[in-house]
Amino acid sequence: MTDIASSGTLIDAKAPPRRDIGLKRRYAAERRFRIYGILAVSVGLVFLAVMLFSIISQGYTAFSQTAVTLPITFDPAVIDPKNERESDPTKLQTANYPALAQKALAEKLGFAANDRAATRQLRGFLSDTSRVQLRDIVMADPSVIGTTRDVEILTSANIDSAFKGQIDLDVPEANRKVSDQQVGWMRKLSEEGALATRFNTGLFTNGASSRPESAGMGVAIVGSFYMMLIVLLVALPVGVAASIYLEEFAPKTKFTDLIEVNINNLAAVPSIVFGLLGLAVFVNFFGLPRSASVVGGLVLTLMTLPTIIIATRAALVAVPPSIRSAALGLGASRMQMVFHHVLPLAMPGILTGTIIGLARALGETAPLLLIGMVAFVADIPSTPLDPATALPVQIYMWANEAERAFVERLSGAIIILLIFLMAMNLTAIILRRKFERRW
Amino acid sequence: MGEHTVSSFDQELDEIDRLIVQMGTLAQRMVGDSTKALLSADERLAARVISEDATLDAFQRDLDARVITLIGKRQPMAQDLRAAVGALRMAADLERIGDLAKNVAKRVNAVGRTPVSETLSNSIEAMSRVVQDAVSDVLDHYTAHNAEALQALRVDDEKIDIRYTAIFRELLTYMMEDPRVITTCTHLLFCAKNLERIGDHVTNIAENAYYVTTGLQLPAKRPKRDETMPAASVS
Amino acid sequence: MNLMTGSQVENAVHQQTGGVENTPLKMRGRKVNVFYGPKQALFGVDLDVRQNQVTALIGPSGCGKSTFLRCLNRMNDTVDSARVEGDITLDGENIYDPKIDVVELRARVGMVFQKPNPFPKSIYENVAYGPRIHGLARRKADFDGIVEKSLQRAGLWSEVKDRLHEPGTGLSGGQQQRLCIARAIAVSPEVILMDEPCSALDPIATARIEELIDELRQNYTIVIVTHSMQQAARVSQRTAMFHLGNLVEEGPTEKMFTNPDEKRTRDYITGRYG
Repeated sequence: MTDIASSGTLIDAKAPPRRDIGLKRRYAAERRFRIYGILAVSVGLVFLAVMLFSIISQGYTAFSQTAVTLPITFDPAVIDPKNERESDPTKLQTANYPALAQKALAEKLGFAANDRAATRQLRGFLSDTSRVQLRDIVMADPSVIGTTRDVEILTSANIDSAFKGQIDLDVPEANRKVSDQQVGWMRKLSEEGALATRFNTGLFTNGASSRPESAGMGVAIVGSFYMMLIVLLVALPVGVAASIYLEEFAPKTKFTDLIEVNINNLAAVPSIVFGLLGLAVFVNFFGLPRSASVVGGLVLTLMTLPTIIIATRAALVAVPPSIRSAALGLGASRMQMVFHHVLPLAMPGILTGTIIGLARALGETAPLLLIGMVAFVADIPSTPLDPATALPVQIYMWANEAERAFVERLSGAIIILLIFLMAMNLTAIILRRKFERRW
Repeated sequence: MGEHTVSSFDQELDEIDRLIVQMGTLAQRMVGDSTKALLSADERLAARVISEDATLDAFQRDLDARVITLIGKRQPMAQDLRAAVGALRMAADLERIGDLAKNVAKRVNAVGRTPVSETLSNSIEAMSRVVQDAVSDVLDHYTAHNAEALQALRVDDEKIDIRYTAIFRELLTYMMEDPRVITTCTHLLFCAKNLERIGDHVTNIAENAYYVTTGLQLPAKRPKRDETMPAASVS
Repeated sequence: MNLMTGSQVENAVHQQTGGVENTPLKMRGRKVNVFYGPKQALFGVDLDVRQNQVTALIGPSGCGKSTFLRCLNRMNDTVDSARVEGDITLDGENIYDPKIDVVELRARVGMVFQKPNPFPKSIYENVAYGPRIHGLARRKADFDGIVEKSLQRAGLWSEVKDRLHEPGTGLSGGQQQRLCIARAIAVSPEVILMDEPCSALDPIATARIEELIDELRQNYTIVIVTHSMQQAARVSQRTAMFHLGNLVEEGPTEKMFTNPDEKRTRDYITGRYG
């Protein structure tokens, strides 16, 4: 039999003298590279941990709030001294409600309401929101006038901070915002059980306020919700339709290439530019109201559209060509091919891309500043055409506030925003899993 | 013919061809030696021819194994397939030639030193030479892929047949003249018949070689006129 | 006694072993040129496909055999840059005629691909999809019948009848390819094109597909592209050899594999190419 070795001299059977040259160095290099990698990951994790720790440690207290339960006597002599409420209902609105709360607190603490120094301290002890709170009770049911009932009145932001231990009481009295007398009342009421912290629902339901204890993110949450809804309803269909056309139907010409390049460019345009565009087009040209979430939503739609188109096209391209051939080979039309086979397979990718685009839009601040959504809005918007703010804008505004109690709320707001983002990403993952399992 | 992409395929085919040529050379020598031993009553030469047949058989078995391996391993197509299958058949024919030469050698003992007429001796020797030439020609033409010459060899076979007929008649005459030589003459007749059969195998080889070379079958066998038989008995 | 001459004997023997020449013409390609953009992929190919025969297209990679195959059901239309010239007829009708609807054409000329590509749906849905889009059935019972018949013809029914609603992608490679064949025959095509249908399969699965091709020949006309010369030799009645976009040679398979006329064919099938 013939064998290869005898037929050719091509194969040099002699082994090289040392095969292990550089072997140690090679392994060492690989070990080093792994260490670099671990270091890089650790740095990222440390920063994340520091960020989360600082935000949570400062912010978790924002979810609780100090309130004092007082037996309020709705004294007609205070509310309506001249008994004019039958003829002039506005009297009820302008009545001196805080006095009722102060009186009740003075009685609870056991000193006369005419002690002027003590009364000034009292005024600083209770939140001014008692005015709105008590007025609402009376307006809802004027028959309470003349009766007494227990009402939970918020303490002022300073007392709240002190009760949560955020104010250093060792500092000389003149240098802090709570007096020793107020601290004494606080302790006394706390021992009696009248003063306690409770869950801060106002943070989620209240609108803007200059007083930290009554400032909430309700307007921002609703505004952001409207905007996300608009983005989803406009950007998803438009983006998916555009991608399907570009990817599956459009002939590959110079023109479609140009469109593709421009979509990619659009994705890289700074968001503030979209804000300017929105201001010029939607507010100035179409005359939509400023500060409205409909304008914000449209601006964010413009911004999200390229992201969705790019993600959708990537998802469509990722569908194996063999599936397309199979469908076409059976005589399916292009549209049947896309809607029966390609789109269902691309759905997880499209959904993921959309939700990530939405999450990015949710966190976007700059374009909203330009269309006037950085506004003091106290009332929850009932339609997308009403003035509103957005979660990140609210954070931006609170970050500009000077008071100590706003720092806590700022961190609380960040926690809420992060939770929303995480929920969205989680949804993306769950949806992807669910759809992938179906196929 | 171009080279195969797999060069060991070429080597294997070459090896098979080489074996065919070796077998042919050996068979040709055996034919010559057996006739020589017959005419010179050389029993040692005859014994050598008999022993050489075993070598030829061994060659054939080796070739068979190689061809089978080649078919299994390479799945040859077209001319390669024809070459492989043709080699099998040619080797079988060559092996038969060896057997026939051995048969002639075996008769040396029986014929012994009985005087054979000069003319008969010459006729047999001449026939043997023609047969030997045919064996070597067919292999030369095969290795040279000379289709025309291979086709011509079939005509050559007729010459062998004519010589056989002549020898047959001559032996018939001897036997009629002198019944004592019938045994010897019958042996010689068988020897001549063997030579004639060798010629037929050469024709087979030529036809095979022609098919291997061209891919075409030669037209059906030319009508064979065996003039040693009465025409009436052909049916 | 009646004597036959040698040539009479040979004719008689040949008629017994393979009278494959005489089936009618099913598809005919004349002067087919295909361009991908500026690049010409096929140069004036003339090739006939005969009814109830398996025609194998062989040749080295990039020789245009798949391109020609894809012309036969206009799958090249799906490539933007592709341009087809020349005439291709199916039962005498030019399939590139504007009057011919490509969807209908593809229902008549089905295709099976190199890689098994079942839809990521149930086995049942895979087979029922074609009849559904072509409106071949209305009621569930009709679909059930088509699915069962197609799977039976593809030799898959006994293996999958208890799990028709499991995903088709869960089958083995060979079963998937037979599912794809079942899917193709579910729309009752006249011609089935197969583009290297066994290249991703193991030898046993390949043997089953080859057996299936031989059975399908009774009812369908089959054109198969294959890289395996042995496979072409085994399954086809006629073989066409392509090289660099040209049809080199076309003829009965037995002749192509024992004694081809063209040197290029000879070199390719004996392993001397390149």
